Order: sequence, then C-alpha cells, then structure tokens
Amino acid sequence: MSKNDELIHFDRIVSSKSQWLIFDLKKIWSYKDLIILFVKRDFISLYKQTILGPIWFIAEPLITMIVFTFIFGFMANLDTSSIPKPLFYLAGITMWNYFSECLIKTSNTFINNRSIFDKVYFPRIVVPISIVISGLLKFSVQILLFFIICIYYFIAHNSININVVILLFPLLILIMAGLGLGFGLIISAITTKYRDLRFLIEFGVKLLMYGTTVVYPLSMAGNYKWIILANPMTSIIETFKYGIFSKGVFDWYYLSYSFIFMIIVLFLGFVIFSKTEKSFIDTI
Amino acid sequence: MSNLVLKIKNVSKQYRLGELGTGTFSHDLKRWWCQIRGKDDPYLTIGIENDRTKSGGDYVWALRDVNFEVNHGEVLGIIGRNGAGKSTLLKLLAEITSPSKGEFYIKGKIAALLEIGTGFHPELTGRENIYLNGAILGMSKSEVDDNFNEIVEFSGCQKYIDTPVKRYSSGMLVRLGFSVAAHLDTDILIVDEVLAVGDLEFQKKCIGKMQDVSKSGRTVLFVSHNMASISNLCSRCIVVDKGSVVFNGNVNNAIEYYYKSINSEVKKISLKDRKDKKGLGQVRFSNLELLNSTNSSINCGDRLQIKAVIKNFTDKKIRIYPSIIIYDSKGLRLLALSALLLNKSFDIENNQEKEIIWTWDKCFLSPDEYYCDLYMVGGEMNRDVQDEVQHGFYFKVNSGDFFNTGIINENLDKVCAEFSID
Repeated sequence: MSKNDELIHFDRIVSSKSQWLIFDLKKIWSYKDLIILFVKRDFISLYKQTILGPIWFIAEPLITMIVFTFIFGFMANLDTSSIPKPLFYLAGITMWNYFSECLIKTSNTFINNRSIFDKVYFPRIVVPISIVISGLLKFSVQILLFFIICIYYFIAHNSININVVILLFPLLILIMAGLGLGFGLIISAITTKYRDLRFLIEFGVKLLMYGTTVVYPLSMAGNYKWIILANPMTSIIETFKYGIFSKGVFDWYYLSYSFIFMIIVLFLGFVIFSKTEKSFIDTI
Repeated sequence: MSNLVLKIKNVSKQYRLGELGTGTFSHDLKRWWCQIRGKDDPYLTIGIENDRTKSGGDYVWALRDVNFEVNHGEVLGIIGRNGAGKSTLLKLLAEITSPSKGEFYIKGKIAALLEIGTGFHPELTGRENIYLNGAILGMSKSEVDDNFNEIVEFSGCQKYIDTPVKRYSSGMLVRLGFSVAAHLDTDILIVDEVLAVGDLEFQKKCIGKMQDVSKSGRTVLFVSHNMASISNLCSRCIVVDKGSVVFNGNVNNAIEYYYKSINSEVKKISLKDRKDKKGLGQVRFSNLELLNSTNSSINCGDRLQIKAVIKNFTDKKIRIYPSIIIYDSKGLRLLALSALLLNKSFDIENNQEKEIIWTWDKCFLSPDEYYCDLYMVGGEMNRDVQDEVQHGFYFKVNSGDFFNTGIINENLDKVCAEFSID
C-alpha cells in the first residue's frame, strides 16, 4: 500500500513528527459539552458543604477591599485621585483577581489534571478554556458587587462619573482573559518538566499586583511610569477606572499595546501548549 | 485492505530513565539545537532494549519498531509480561502520549478505557458524574441522555444516583464507571484490564457486555493477563515482549507461545536466582525437583513425586503450609496441591532445611508442559505469606500407558481418570 492509499483510506494519522500549531477548532467544538461540564464541576464542587456558598465569591474581594482601604487608604494615606477609596481598590482588586486566577489555574493545568490526562485523551486545551470560563462566572458576580457599590456611591455621594469609555469593558475582559490564558499556557508547558517556575508564579503574581495600578494611581509612579505601563494589565485597569470615574489615564496607544501583547502571548501560549500536550505525560 | 481500521507502522517509544534534573536541561538544549538545524533527535539513536533485569543506559526503548494491523470487527488480544510494553502501546494508541518514531493510521472514532471512572469528582452526585465521565470519554451530552437510564440500570445504583459519589462504596464506584464506559459508542475500543474489578456477579456482567460489544461488529483491542477471558473474547492475539511484537496470529497459539517464552525463562533461571519472589521471606523454597525422572519429565500414569527443599532463614522454629499450584501450557489453572487442604503443617527448625515430597500414585495429567506457582504461608500468625514464586517449577508429562493396557493414550483430553465399564 502506498502512502497515498493510506491517506485516502484512513481518517487520521498519528505520527512522531511534530506539527506546528494545529489547533483543530472543529475538534475542540465537539468537546463543548465537556467544557460546560468542567465549568459546572468547578462551580459546584468549590462551595459544596459550605453554608454561605457562592457568597464567598464576593466575600473575598470585599474583605480585601476593607483591608486595603484601611492600610493603603488611611494608614499609608495613598492618593486615589479623588475616587472614593473603597471603590478605587475594589475596581483594581476585581480586575486583577480575574487575571491572576486565569494565570495561576491555567499554569497548573498539567500538574493538577495529571491523573485524568494519563488515562484519557481529549484536547488538553479544553481544561484551560473551562478555567477561563469558570473564572468569568466568578468575575461577573464580583463585578456585580462592584456596580452595586457604585450605585450606592452615585446616589449617596454623587461621586461617580461614568463615560463612554466604559463601552470598552467587554474588550478589557477579553484582553485580561487572553493574557491570563496565554501566560498560563506557556508556564504550564514549562512546568511539566521544570517545576522551578511553579514557585516563581506562586509569589510572583502576588508581587506583580504592585506593578500595576491596583493600590495607587498611575500619576504617583512619577519617573517609573514607563515600568508600570510596560505591564499590560496597567492600561486595562486604568481604562476601566477611567470609564467609571472619568479619572486617571485613558490612551488608545496604551490599550493597543496591551491588546497586541495579549495576541502575541496567546499565540505563543497556544504553540507551546500544543507542542507539549503530545507527550508531556512522559516527563511530568 | 479496505477492511483495515488501524495500521501501526514502525512505531517506537523511547523513555528517559532516572530522575529529571539539571542533566535533562543540557540534553534538551542539544535536542532543540538539532531540531532547529533540521536534524534528527540525537538521543533517538541510543538506548537499550526494554529488559527490566538489565541495568545501565539513560534511555530505554519501551517499544521498538512495532508493526501490526487490525481489521474492522476484529477483537484483538494483546498479551505479554509486566513491563513488556503493552501499556505503552495502549497509551500511544489512545493518544495520551505520542510515538518517538513511526506513525499509525486510524479509521473511525477511537476510545480507550485504561481506567474506570476517570475524572469522577467526589463532591458531585452519581448523575453529575455520569455526564462528566461520559464527556471525558468523548460522549456528547445527547449521547449520555439517550443512554442514561440504561447506564443507571446497568450499574445498579438507582437508589444513590443523586448522592455525592464520595459516599459510594468502592464497588459502587467501579460499577458506575464501567456502566458509563460500556455505553461508549465508538468504532474502535481499547480496553485495558478493567474487567478484573468488582464482585463476581458484576465481573460476569462485564464479560457479557464485552461479548455483546465484540458481536456488534465493533473493533476491540483488549489487553489482559487473564488468558481465559482472552481466549473467550478474542479472534486474534499478539504477544508483546521486550518492546516488540513477537507473535501475531491465532489466539490459542499466541497463548501457547506466551507461556512457552515464560517457561523457557523459568527453565533457564534457577529458583535461587529469581528476583521476583514475593512474601515475607523468613522461609523460602530453595529447590524443587521431580523424583525418578530424567529432564523433569515423566510419563502419564507414572508415579509422580515432587521434592521441595524448604529453608528457614531465621533463628526460630517456623511452622509452614506449602502449596504447589499447577497450570497447563495455556495458562489454565488446574489444581492446587495445598497443605492447607490436608490441614497438614511442617515445622522447620531454625536455620535448617527440610525436604517435603508431594506424591501422586498415578499421574493423570495428559501430555503437556506444566508449570507451577509456589506458595507458602506460615510464621507466627500462621497466615503470613512467606514465599510466593510465579512459575517457580516446571515439568513435562509425556504420553504413557495410564490404563495399563499397553495402549499409549495420545488423545487430547486434559486429564485421565480410572473408570470401568460393565
């Protein structure tokens, strides 16, 4: 049988030769039920046997907000460019949490799901996708909390000044998800062999939060502004704050930097991930 | 050719031995450098064959140049010793990992059952886990919907279907897992030894289901150590040894080939040098021989005596119950000559050896090769497994004059028994 006959007769070839970035979208789509079920599993299992259940989704940012307001707002007396302090922190925390959760959870894809991956084949990318989606569920509950507090401030203090930039909000979510996913994919691929990165990520992401404008406004950065702006998350948080409070920095130039950054990281992530998923089980 | 659904062509799989560490990184760099220049992986040219008993080398070939084909509707058995490369082969076919060299061609949808209940989440209910497990195995939601009632009924867990599976017994988990898997509808199904689970009743149910699957015209690849289920289910069989396919063909011949290769190994290695003995080891079989025989073979109908030398390695007296379990050349367990059955024990003085003789006045086994597992309990609690050796002894029965009639019995019966016709 010649090679051509084989190609006609069989549907699929599995070969040792590595192929560049073949993400079979049709195949991933056929696993959409699995993605939904993974999201459901993450959501249900997280708060089973808890009394407050999904309320914990909002407890976390709420408590962080109170602590930040107290420490950074009143003790350190950091400027918030006349945005109400709790709202200033909550906006940053909520946005940052979604990014960091996507990143950390995605980067543990191979290690945490090893027992499943070792026994069954399905496109491995299904897991990171479901992580980003279940993160989005949590995020939407948290952002709802944020808007509720916004309404309170709007009614009580009239200190909210929403403008048209807020319409970019879906784009901001997209960029955040893409960044978290892309970085996570790259790290997950490397950690299958070298666990060193795992330690770095553990505290690195926490520290990186201080490299964005979560607890201080961009204007405070002074001469180091360019370092803070090099972080693609900065312009996202800034744009969001600008859209709600009309304060801070909004610049198409910064935002497109983040967008292009996201596209590159995501592309790299997909390439590396798809190369790794073929035989990571031998090295993990 | 049009009937082929699976074609494996020169497939090899190499594994790196030892721990991953800094050395790995330099190898990776070298490999990467070769890849950029469009050269072959330099480490694929080295590596030793897959043999557990030999040591040395950084790389090992778990599989080397494996070739075989599977036709539509066939039930192909895959047998081989532990570590021969069967599981690696399954993992490659299931696409859990990819081959180091070579390629294989697939026609149709393929699914692998390497484990039961993969991805079960303890906090989710039985119902939720059926959907989750089904989706992991590649079923769509509507497929699970269609089969849901059957799955639940087959598992026998109707009552607990809305209870989190962490409250299930391990048996129930296995039943639920198998039930989902049994309703997988794929063209090619790969099954690892998942049948050896659950209680006897459920095992029978599983075998029945497997037979249904094979009769429904689907292609099945079946890996097992249980020769009875292999010969029951399969239409063809391959034997894997040291990473290569060493036999491919008729099931009975394959099983015979498999046992012959084990037997030849048993004949080569003396009992003392065996490294795979199990048990506590205070007392062990140190030698066995067939009395009144040449080349450990006797004739059917002769007096058969197996003499075992058993040694106590401790400083105290130990009471033991030794057993010999006899299998025929096809791996069928025939009988156990156990001291427990006769309620007979032997005391062995400290650091002493003792000879024990099993005697049959008339060997009623038909001409064949037989090998024996050795098994011994004893010690302080009388129930500690002291020694356990698979295929620790071998003997051969030649045709003989069992009935003292001068007629040499050459027929293919398993056993001879004295009888009269009046």
